[in-house]
Amino acid sequence: MATSPALARKRTNALIWVWTVFVLVAVYLPILCGALASFNKSRYFGFPIKVYATEWWQKTLDSIEIGMLVRNSIAIALLVTVISVVIATFGALAFARYDWKGRRLYQKLIILPIFFPQPVLGLALLLGFNAVGIQTSWLTAVFAHLVWIVPVVTLVIAIQVYGFDASLEEAAYDLGCTRTQVFREVTLPLLWPGIWSGMLFAFLLSWSNFPLSLYTAGADSTIPKWLYAKMVAGYTPMVPALGTMATLGAATLLLGGGLVMLLLRRRQPA
Amino acid sequence: MADIALARAPETARQVRQARMLSVGARCALPVAVLLGIGFLAPMVAILAYSFATPRSFDVFRSFTLENFASIFDPTNTVWLSFAWSVGFALFTVAILAVIAYPIAYGLNAVFGRWAGFISVLFVFPLFVSENVRLYGWVLFFIKNGVLDGTLKWLGLPGGPEVLYTPGVTLFGMAYTYLPFMLFPMTLGLALVPRDLVDAARDLGAGRLFIWREIELPLAMPGILIGMLLTFVLAIGATAEAKILGGQSIIVISHDIEIAFTYSQNWPLGSALAVVVSVFIAALTLTALSKLDLDRMLGRR
Repeated sequence: MATSPALARKRTNALIWVWTVFVLVAVYLPILCGALASFNKSRYFGFPIKVYATEWWQKTLDSIEIGMLVRNSIAIALLVTVISVVIATFGALAFARYDWKGRRLYQKLIILPIFFPQPVLGLALLLGFNAVGIQTSWLTAVFAHLVWIVPVVTLVIAIQVYGFDASLEEAAYDLGCTRTQVFREVTLPLLWPGIWSGMLFAFLLSWSNFPLSLYTAGADSTIPKWLYAKMVAGYTPMVPALGTMATLGAATLLLGGGLVMLLLRRRQPA
Repeated sequence: MADIALARAPETARQVRQARMLSVGARCALPVAVLLGIGFLAPMVAILAYSFATPRSFDVFRSFTLENFASIFDPTNTVWLSFAWSVGFALFTVAILAVIAYPIAYGLNAVFGRWAGFISVLFVFPLFVSENVRLYGWVLFFIKNGVLDGTLKWLGLPGGPEVLYTPGVTLFGMAYTYLPFMLFPMTLGLALVPRDLVDAARDLGAGRLFIWREIELPLAMPGILIGMLLTFVLAIGATAEAKILGGQSIIVISHDIEIAFTYSQNWPLGSALAVVVSVFIAALTLTALSKLDLDRMLGRR
């Protein structure tokens, strides 16, 4: 056995590959099951599927109610993306770039909302809105999403900030730039890849969020909220169809975002 | 300290700037601080206030009673059972995921090479698909006449086991949902292990088990601990798995809180439960985080 450690390592590596592929198959299996169910012609799911049809996709696309949900989800996600990326960029600079008195405490406090159970956070916010007398709608859902997503995006951008060379900023100051100029011409371009991935995270996490929307969106519905309501009562193949569409939308966005990121990386000298 | 000694000399522009940077940091943190103050701390205060209100009332700030807490800790109340289920599930989820994720995290650092980025993306992507959708996919897989059952019958076998709506499948769903939260901190942790050190130990004749126990594991521990903490805490708050896959065969603690707020319209009791859970989570998180250096974890040089 001990004769050939190289061979043993090769075998371990092969096992690791096999295990990873196996876990990945398990990760994507339910998503595939949903896609399969959405192409079933009959109303109730049975496998193997007897007749395949795209009629439930057509019905989902034609539905006015679903059109409204999709618009709500997109509006919430866009607003969350814009606001959170601005707040989190500064938040990340405070997290990773500057040494200031409250930094350690700040780093820990920012992590708490990420660790907090979302259904409970949603209920707490509902209670808060209620206490102040704010009617819940999709706008309050935007605020609720921000409470959870801003800390996540801050961490994502902070990782980029850690990798950045502060002496470049110093050099710009020494050459006589004002603070705004330094921020616009040096800091921002260097942080672009991090900001871009932060934006992707913000949009996609808001797009797929269910527990916060459930309690804070009031009468307005979003895609995950509607799907859950129909899963509990009133299944039709429109449920997996809309679920698959939302997944495909997220995948397209991630793919497009990834390509832009590659371009950004390439433009930036390592 | 050496900088201060040098600063006796007439102040240069750089020193002025360094002094100003202190306040710049605080100013950059301000928007986040305001957001979390209004959106996180204030609701927590509201919940705390509600938890002392008269049960089944909305008299917040006008009444003060410990009845809600008394009824939670009353042994005749079955709420401790939900809490026990949640903690138990969370512990099992952590243990299962540690075993599942370790080889993958190791692979991402040392085996996959140029595929590592792509494989990471494949593991991240499910986070962007609503957990409802993914868990419902498992329902379609496990349900009678579903994908598993149908395939087995088609092959002429007696059909799949009836696992849906049991505690076991709830645990499975939790391990499934929280995999990325264990995997990525663990990967970051293993990235902290210097390869040279492992190679040196190997050249000096250390066995693989020895290297793993004495070098890899201790050096990767911060990441592994963050992963375990994150999964544990998220699993304590999980509800979707028990509702969708478990078919409400058991009630977890977050579900109890939701029931108090919605069906039974007992906001003070729900708030008291939420306070107990929050204190538990905050204590655990803050203790663990106080032992970790986030700057080092995230890659500050």
